[in-house]
Amino acid sequence: MNIHEYQAKEIFARFGIPVPPGKVATTPAEVGTIARELGKPVVVKAQVHVGGRGKAGGIKFGKTPDEAEKVAAQVLGMNIKGLTVKKVLVTTSVEVASESYLGLVIDRRAKKPVFMASPAGGVDIEEVARTTPEKIFKMHVDPCTGLLPYQARFLASRLEKDPKLQAQIASIAHKLWKVFWETDCSLAEINPLVRTSQGEVIALDAKINLDDNGLFRHTELETLREGENQHEKAAREMGLSYVKLDGSVGCCVNGAGLAMATMDLIKHYGGEPANFLDIGGSSSPDKVLTAMRIICSDPGVKAVFFNIFGGITRCDDVASGIVKALKEIDIKVPIVIRLTGTNEERAREILKEANLNATTLMDEGVRQALQMAKGGVN
Amino acid sequence: MSILVDERTKVIVQGITGRDGSFHTKTMIDYGTKVVAGATPGKGGTECVGVPVFDSVREARQATGANASIAYVPYSFAADAVHEAFDAGIELVVCITEGIPTSEVVKIYGKMKSLGVRMIGPNCPGIISPGKCKVGIMPAQIHTRGNVGVVSRSGTLTYEVVNQLTKAGLGQSTCIGIGGDPIIGTNFIDTLKLFQADPETKAIVLIGEIGGTDEEEAAEFIKSEVKKPVVGFVAGQTAPPGKRMGHAGAIVSGGSGTAAEKIAAFKKSGIAVADIPSQISGLVASLLK
Repeated sequence: MNIHEYQAKEIFARFGIPVPPGKVATTPAEVGTIARELGKPVVVKAQVHVGGRGKAGGIKFGKTPDEAEKVAAQVLGMNIKGLTVKKVLVTTSVEVASESYLGLVIDRRAKKPVFMASPAGGVDIEEVARTTPEKIFKMHVDPCTGLLPYQARFLASRLEKDPKLQAQIASIAHKLWKVFWETDCSLAEINPLVRTSQGEVIALDAKINLDDNGLFRHTELETLREGENQHEKAAREMGLSYVKLDGSVGCCVNGAGLAMATMDLIKHYGGEPANFLDIGGSSSPDKVLTAMRIICSDPGVKAVFFNIFGGITRCDDVASGIVKALKEIDIKVPIVIRLTGTNEERAREILKEANLNATTLMDEGVRQALQMAKGGVN
Repeated sequence: MSILVDERTKVIVQGITGRDGSFHTKTMIDYGTKVVAGATPGKGGTECVGVPVFDSVREARQATGANASIAYVPYSFAADAVHEAFDAGIELVVCITEGIPTSEVVKIYGKMKSLGVRMIGPNCPGIISPGKCKVGIMPAQIHTRGNVGVVSRSGTLTYEVVNQLTKAGLGQSTCIGIGGDPIIGTNFIDTLKLFQADPETKAIVLIGEIGGTDEEEAAEFIKSEVKKPVVGFVAGQTAPPGKRMGHAGAIVSGGSGTAAEKIAAFKKSGIAVADIPSQISGLVASLLK
């Protein structure tokens, strides 16, 4: 789960990482009020779940509260990479003397968390990693010991020369490690970490991605979820994985790998998938019903393809779900079903009673679905 | 031969009294797997589907001499279950559970390496050596004994491929689902080493997917160390970047982990790449000639 900068900064502040004072706002008037409270020139920052906000014009300065209100009116409602800005973070403007980068992720190859530090801050760190990897210093953290003091000192020494500044950075590194490990982050990043002209080190920006698998033990963080549409929400609450795409063939599949392979096969035969949807392992008829509601609410869908290989998933459950969906939802598009595996015979009987057929082969099913999506007859 | 599990494997089922645990215990016993004990805290002294249940893995192992376990335990308790099995001296733990926090899997991985033991998974269908032993949730009837080793990050996509192999008359030595999470106990390279050393395995099918760099590392390893023919497939060519495709590990992030990169790495290492799953059995058959 991705969270906004203002939410990440609240978590940072809770763990003692210094951030510029600020508040979140949804209207220009609120921005003006916050700027007056802060009593200093401010920065108005768009809160959207994409990178490159600055370049897109989503970060603007306001020297006075009136000016802050004016720029907020420009930023609020603007479109950044397809997302509408509904919230802005208003923080005091900081005089920056230098910028660096400090971040933590899970290194999938080493199977350990890894700290990354770079004096090249404020820019796209993935770009730095590609073009000048020597500017990124990496340090794996052993989960048994946590970040050791010498490691924090080493990271700090790569970013600043002054021992006083190094001590501040080392302290921030320890706190960032605690944020990362104690809240189950998959990424915790300060970019840029800045030295102000007053010689203070603070986190000017904050980015946190939370490990979805860890959320059950941080229920308070669940309230930070934003930017999810009603279909994604319905899917998640039903235990389905759903990702909307732009094609015409809706997919309903059991298992993530098979669901991806189904999308690829649709493309292979000249079509475009409308979505990724994994109904998961033990699939009740109700899950299928929810899946159908979500898929059929997409106006781009011209045909729905079921691809079920029964293992734990029982084909008869899926068949019952399909029949139920046809009764309860006004489905205007044709349905093509491929199913095989556990309780396949029973499933075929259920489908037959409802005048539905099913193929056993995935390739054949995909080809039929494509034909139906193009308006052909089965 | 086969890898990791065979007639000598004696299994403890952790979470045997649960709905999934008891159901799959029965399917494993029906297949001929030696399920010697179950472990569920507080249920010691009872029986479940004819198997004696103990309160702890330690007691279960002491009483039965089991050398493997399979965990059907809810995600909030699953990491603890794996630690318990390792601490009780179990050498092979198959963890089916999906949804364990990555930080917990990182800790398990550290323990696994220091003890020199092995976890398969988490978030996997398990492992089967057809005709000998099944430690997992896969539909047994689609498998048949033979010479193809199958390793995959997926569950149902593996069934799809295995079913096809069987129908084409290509039996399997061992089929292993290594799991769809970002951190897993046993990866492609670990499995490839075992398949390379197994005399019964004559060809290998490797099914990857987007996310991480396991496939690229496997490709390097195959080029230098694997002398048997390998057929590869990568799922997720149409997956959009930055979106998790069901599996926690199946995500293209920061432009890395794409299917295109993995397929290119496979081809560069001389692996026969199937464009679509239905080509896999044909490729295996042609390489075994």
